[in-house]
Amino acid sequence: MAKIRFKLNNKMIEIDENPNLRLLDVLRDKFGFTGVKEGCGEGECGACAILINNDVVNSCIVPLGNVNGKEIMTIEGFSLSEKFDVISSSFAEEGAVQCGICTPGMIIASESLLNKNPKPTDEEIRIGLSGNLCRCTGYNAIVKAVTKASKKGDGLW
Amino acid sequence: MVKNIIPTSLNEALELLNDRPFKIMAGGTDLMVQRRAWSQTPPEFIEDVLYIFNLEELKYIKEDKGFIVIGSTTPVEDLLHNDLTPFLLKEAIGIMASPALRHMATIAGNIGNASPAGDTLPILYVLDAIIVLESIEGIRELPINEVITGPRKHVIKQNEIIKEIKIPISVYTDSVFEKVGGRKADAISKLSFTGAVNIKDDKVLDFRIAFGAVSATILRRKEIEEKYVGLTKEELIGKVDEIVNEYDPFIRPIDDQRSNKEYRKTVALNLLKNFIITL
Ligand SMILES: Cc1cc2nc3c(=O)[nH]c(=O)nc-3n(C[C@H](O)[C@H](O)[C@H](O)COP(=O)(O)OP(=O)(O)OC[C@H]3O[C@@H](n4cnc5c(N)ncnc54)[C@H](O)[C@@H]3O)c2cc1C
Ligand code: FES
Ligand code: FES
Repeated sequence: MAKIRFKLNNKMIEIDENPNLRLLDVLRDKFGFTGVKEGCGEGECGACAILINNDVVNSCIVPLGNVNGKEIMTIEGFSLSEKFDVISSSFAEEGAVQCGICTPGMIIASESLLNKNPKPTDEEIRIGLSGNLCRCTGYNAIVKAVTKASKKGDGLW
Repeated sequence: MVKNIIPTSLNEALELLNDRPFKIMAGGTDLMVQRRAWSQTPPEFIEDVLYIFNLEELKYIKEDKGFIVIGSTTPVEDLLHNDLTPFLLKEAIGIMASPALRHMATIAGNIGNASPAGDTLPILYVLDAIIVLESIEGIRELPINEVITGPRKHVIKQNEIIKEIKIPISVYTDSVFEKVGGRKADAISKLSFTGAVNIKDDKVLDFRIAFGAVSATILRRKEIEEKYVGLTKEELIGKVDEIVNEYDPFIRPIDDQRSNKEYRKTVALNLLKNFIITL
């Protein structure tokens, strides 16, 4: 056990827990943030993506001990922002959501990319989302959606 | 009783390591997968774990006395966006996994994991990187090839931490890192080739080659490289078959789920050949 303090979706949290716990399990089981999905459990699919200090990471391979002092944002927290509205409506308009299991991770990875690079090229979008697998869309619609979000949200990022 | 600790300073970490054995956790991108248990359960460690990833005092990249010095907990994504990072290192990091992974992964973890397929390792070999190990007793500086001794084997002592990585600043007129993997992102290397030359006034001043995942450790042979220093570019290109033959016996890959030894060897030698004839 160890005392771990972090900000979760804009709220300060302090817990006494085993730092070896996967952040994914903590977010889903202890806090009920089930928008964070488990796919591969090995860092390869991006279904469990969240933001730590605005950067996308895969929560299935982040130990709880590594988030001490950090700011964590899950799709639930992010969904309250204007940026989320721009990205999610762009995904909807471009038909970039089919079964939806990859979507929370895709939106988080898009946000992380746009934060660093508000006007990404198609190639940069593909690199930015390269850690997120989608079994349904074939990716083109997702790339278009991110381009659209970048245009619609001009000035937001 | 297991006692996992999140130290708040390097000194505290070094004292703890001197007290009893710990498993050091940096970004966790290797450890969390290797020690993975079932879904909804934490990974299993027999040792206590020491969490060093958030030691801010080890997050830096700076220039110092002819070296680029990289603090051990710096995530590789930060290095990708820093002007000080050597070109070849950026090439290797740029095709490591995905941004989500690069925000956590560290070079020190790549060294500690000591996989022959670790992508930053051939670059560290080619650039003659020096690994700075610190313990409560003081500092040891070792060249990378003396740190890693075999697959998953290294000489880092139980009470030591990789503090930083020092890369001598050097000039190359031509350099490449080629990774052969199953796909572009999120793929572990089947093999990799790194080449760097410095040709000035038509004279080869420096010639360096390394291969990843074709032998037990990264393959670099300085005695072969030295034979070709001093030649003109045309002479070097003219000796391409001889050079390929020199490396041939040292390329001893294995068969595994990612590839087979014949493929690995053929591609490795072709990459070497191509690098030289297109100089
Ligand atoms: C999906 C996925 C894709 C990947 N793709 C690639 C790839 O393309 N190329 C590649 O090379 N690797 C890849 N990896 C492997 C891994 O990301 C790298 O090896 C990474 O550099 C490990 O760094 P880390 O900080 O996460 O290491 P950790 O898992 O924290 O540690 C790894 C080892 O190093 C030791 N260690 C770490 N820091 C120190 C230190 N400061 N002092 C002493 N010992 C230390 C640890 O004790 C442990 O034994 C991938 C992994 C995953 C999960
Ligand atoms: S579940 Fe985390 S990356 Fe696949
Ligand atoms: S929409 Fe089904 S996996 Fe992406």
